[in-house]
Amino acid sequence: MWLILAGMVGVTYGIRLSFLVFGHGITFPHWLERALRYVPASVLTALVVPIALAPQGGIDLSWHNPYLPGTVTAMVVAWWSRQTLAAILCGFAVYGLWRWLVP
Amino acid sequence: MRPFFAGARDTFPMLVGAAPFGVIFGTLAIGAGLPVWLTLGLSAFVFAGSSQFVAVSLISGGAAAPVIWLTTLVVNLRHALYSATLLPYARPLPERWRWALAFWLTDETFAVVENQLRHHNHGRDGAHYWMGSSLAMYGNWQLWTVVGVWVGQSVPGLATLGLDFAMVATFAAIVALQLRERPVLCAALAAGTVALLARDLPYKLGLMLATMTGVSTGWVAEAWHNRGKASSEGQGSA
Repeated sequence: MWLILAGMVGVTYGIRLSFLVFGHGITFPHWLERALRYVPASVLTALVVPIALAPQGGIDLSWHNPYLPGTVTAMVVAWWSRQTLAAILCGFAVYGLWRWLVP
Repeated sequence: MRPFFAGARDTFPMLVGAAPFGVIFGTLAIGAGLPVWLTLGLSAFVFAGSSQFVAVSLISGGAAAPVIWLTTLVVNLRHALYSATLLPYARPLPERWRWALAFWLTDETFAVVENQLRHHNHGRDGAHYWMGSSLAMYGNWQLWTVVGVWVGQSVPGLATLGLDFAMVATFAAIVALQLRERPVLCAALAAGTVALLARDLPYKLGLMLATMTGVSTGWVAEAWHNRGKASSEGQGSA
């Protein structure tokens, strides 16, 4: 665990130091700059999809899977309202109700 | 007003925005079974929200350390871009200032400070403004992490309450906000598909594979989209 933390600190601080402290004369390639814009959406989707569609390991698209309606609600509310917190709360409410009402 | 306090004041909306994520992070980490020292250590020493969330998910899923480091690298690589953008303003500062400001570099401080320095670059005052924004973000994040840890510890059996869903909802909401852009939509679809198909790979390697696929798909989709636009404009003028 110590090792995991130390490695994460090293990687993150190294990135932040890169230009501010060691960056005289280095330039950032344009293609990489463009590619980085797709990192957040890709990582977050890659984390969400397997949990929402296959919470027990196997793909479960039935109405017994409360993750699916909860996730869809969070996404739809975020899309329409642009309010992250409202979207999380609505998603959580649907997920909770679903677990409670659907066997 | 003193520049240090002006920097902290201008960062205030960001503090409010980060607060719920700090609480959710602390609560989730404890709920996922991370020890308190590791939860607080991630906020105190890594100090990068999205990579901290990803780390909780990976650590509780039993991922190998190199996979966690590599994912941290990919998730936080955008900070190199901020580091490069702010370099012209930091160049005149003493070395120890640059080491310190780099440690506290976040999305929020970058947004506030870059905007301020682009319009009013006052040398030493600019550095104090930057430091004010940095320390406000840092103190705020530690405070809300501690609150989250406290919530996580005082609600027993948090994991069985479906708290793992809170993280899914948080990520899904953040992604949904970005899907209006066509290349981002392509990136997300590709990453989601690969993540689903590769979910049984060991050490959570599927996450890396899915991220790489998503990023390259977004990149290609953007190039394709731009080319389409350029050629239709060309036809229009002909």
